[in-house]
Amino acid sequence: SRTSTKLTTGVTDIFTKKKLDEDTLEELEDLLLSADLGTGPTEEVVGRLRRERVGQDVTDEEVKAILAEVVADTLRPLEKPLAVNPSHAPHVILVVGVNGAGKTTTIGKLASKMKAEGHSVLLAAGDTFRAAAIEQLAVWGERANVPVLTKPNGADAAGLAYEAIEKARTEGHDVVLIDTAGRLQNRSELMDELGKIVRVIKKLAPEAPHDTLLVLDATVGQNAISQASAFTEIAGVTGLVMTKLDGTARGGILVALGDKFELPIHYIGVGEGIDDLRPFDAGEFARALTADV
Amino acid sequence: MFDTLSERLGGVFDRLRGRGALTEEDVTEALREVRVALIEADVALPVARSFVAKVKERAVGREVLKSITPGQQVVKIVHDVLVETLGGSEGDHELNLNRPAPVPVLMVGLQGSGKTTSTAKIALRLQKTEKKKVLMASLDTRRPAAMEQLKVLGEQAGVKTLPIVAGQSALQIANRAMEAARLQGFDVVMLDTAGRLSIDEQLMAEVSDIHRATDPAETLLVLDALTGQDAVQTAERFKERMPVTGVVLTRLDGDGRGGAALSMREVTGAPIKFAGVGEKIDALDAFDPERMAGRILGMGDIVGLVEKA
Ligand SMILES: Nc1nc2c(ncn2[C@@H]2O[C@H](COP(=O)(O)OP(=O)(O)OP(=O)(O)O)[C@@H](O)[C@H]2O)c(=O)[nH]1
Ligand SMILES: Nc1nc2c(ncn2[C@@H]2O[C@H](COP(=O)(O)OP(=O)(O)OP(=O)(O)O)[C@@H](O)[C@H]2O)c(=O)[nH]1
Ligand SMILES: [Mg+2]
Ligand SMILES: [Mg+2]
Repeated sequence: SRTSTKLTTGVTDIFTKKKLDEDTLEELEDLLLSADLGTGPTEEVVGRLRRERVGQDVTDEEVKAILAEVVADTLRPLEKPLAVNPSHAPHVILVVGVNGAGKTTTIGKLASKMKAEGHSVLLAAGDTFRAAAIEQLAVWGERANVPVLTKPNGADAAGLAYEAIEKARTEGHDVVLIDTAGRLQNRSELMDELGKIVRVIKKLAPEAPHDTLLVLDATVGQNAISQASAFTEIAGVTGLVMTKLDGTARGGILVALGDKFELPIHYIGVGEGIDDLRPFDAGEFARALTADV
Repeated sequence: MFDTLSERLGGVFDRLRGRGALTEEDVTEALREVRVALIEADVALPVARSFVAKVKERAVGREVLKSITPGQQVVKIVHDVLVETLGGSEGDHELNLNRPAPVPVLMVGLQGSGKTTSTAKIALRLQKTEKKKVLMASLDTRRPAAMEQLKVLGEQAGVKTLPIVAGQSALQIANRAMEAARLQGFDVVMLDTAGRLSIDEQLMAEVSDIHRATDPAETLLVLDALTGQDAVQTAERFKERMPVTGVVLTRLDGDGRGGAALSMREVTGAPIKFAGVGEKIDALDAFDPERMAGRILGMGDIVGLVEKA
């Protein structure tokens, strides 16, 4: 229908019509904000065009190139696949995020990947709340062929995390991936519970968790900013994974997040299969994002 | 981090000092701020644009009320148009199950949007408040433990679920559910489906086959209220494949501004029927357009003020 055509041909629409003037820049600004790039990167693109090109003819291709450059420059320093350090014995990875973001699935994919890299992996089914969350992780454990520590529904998640680290120590696993229940960042009682999981882990291993991954759904809008800031405050997020980039969502909010928080972006999820996890590539991401603008 | 619309309009307000009718100039300047505020509240750009055009048409030439400023007058119009757009007509927000039993209700949406949870919530509600006999069936043959999840929720809610039979296709399960409901005298059959991307041709074809075979009285598209600009794509592509009769907006217990609600409403034309407000099985509200409008605009304050005027 008309609306989506308008959305996808945004830059082309604006820049085949007329010379670069304030109106065009304003339209471009709207477009970039609506791609969730955030005000910083948006201002940078618009500012650059205003300084360098006002009054001249500018092609849509040039605008897209500048945009891709700004996006790639913002995100390139954040490319950083997760590295397991077996000397931590075990390397503890806590996985957090809002409901339905893709935490459990991402753990399944990571487990398979780490196992293939030769690590001994233990999963901890720390979502003892949601219906059949434990069974879901257990299936992923089977698929990745790694053991899963579970406790009955309703069990204390912090206690389970503690036991998982103990178990990894006695059994000699290199890495423990801890699943947690989805929680919205404004629900303080649930965030307190997450804070407690981190504190209890630290009692046993003061340096742990060595990585705390915030899993974000690519369809999320501006709320991702509040998610990143709340989960970082409570759980000390050290890196991001963005899921569901195989859909129509382009995840432009990563640019705003990168600009604001400078958290490494470890991986992107591109499907529901066990191998559908890719290292984050800023250049590729920038091209995909701008192709659509 | 979000400016409320009233803060955003602050600068424009100051310049809009005159009384009398709103001029096109006044309105244009204010509406630029409104458009940006809507985008920041996750309203998709094309939807924000057409919305603003509607507001402009309504606002130009309008007399400014004595007790408020011209800026506030613009905000009131924005709010009113928003409530109207989100709201639709009387009775739109109820489920329409006026059919011979068993009446199928189909739940569809992207992965992780809240379909399974909402299925159980709606089933519980129908059973409790409308005294319907409800059967739930999971047609999710893909996600690990998806059927188990619905079964557990059924136990929690005291709602029957179709026994799990391994190896059946989603369509076969749908047919079995309808058959079981006919034989066992259920009033309503809630069909939960696997999450799917709107560009996944195979899965979109699967769900449209299910739709054709069961001819549901309601096809509810479940959308996460934290969704951003992508709501438009989702709405369009699902609508292309099946008539969406209603929207369920989940995670309204979050602090998202919820502009996706407006995008969904505009693009599908379907009314928003329910609001998910938590993970618990009873955390389901009827959709309230007034509250949603205030939330998108981030401005319960000024609306109250204008209302009194
Ligand atoms: N298409 C696609 N689907 C994904 C991806 N990652 C996860 N999913 C799907 O998203 C849905 C939710 O994933 P989960 O892993 O259960 O999410 P979660 O964060 O653990 O959810 P809760 O534990 O309920 O908070 C499932 O249907 C997954 O199959 C991805 O990269 N692409
Ligand atoms: N806070 C909150 N969480 C919700 C709400 N609705 C669902 N959830 C949670 O969101 C997550 C995903 O919900 P599901 O019902 O499994 O979503 P789904 O659409 O069936 O997911 P797939 O089948 O994997 O596509 C779960 O953790 C639910 O508890 C809501 O209104 N508020
Ligand atoms: Mg999970
Ligand atoms: Mg489901």
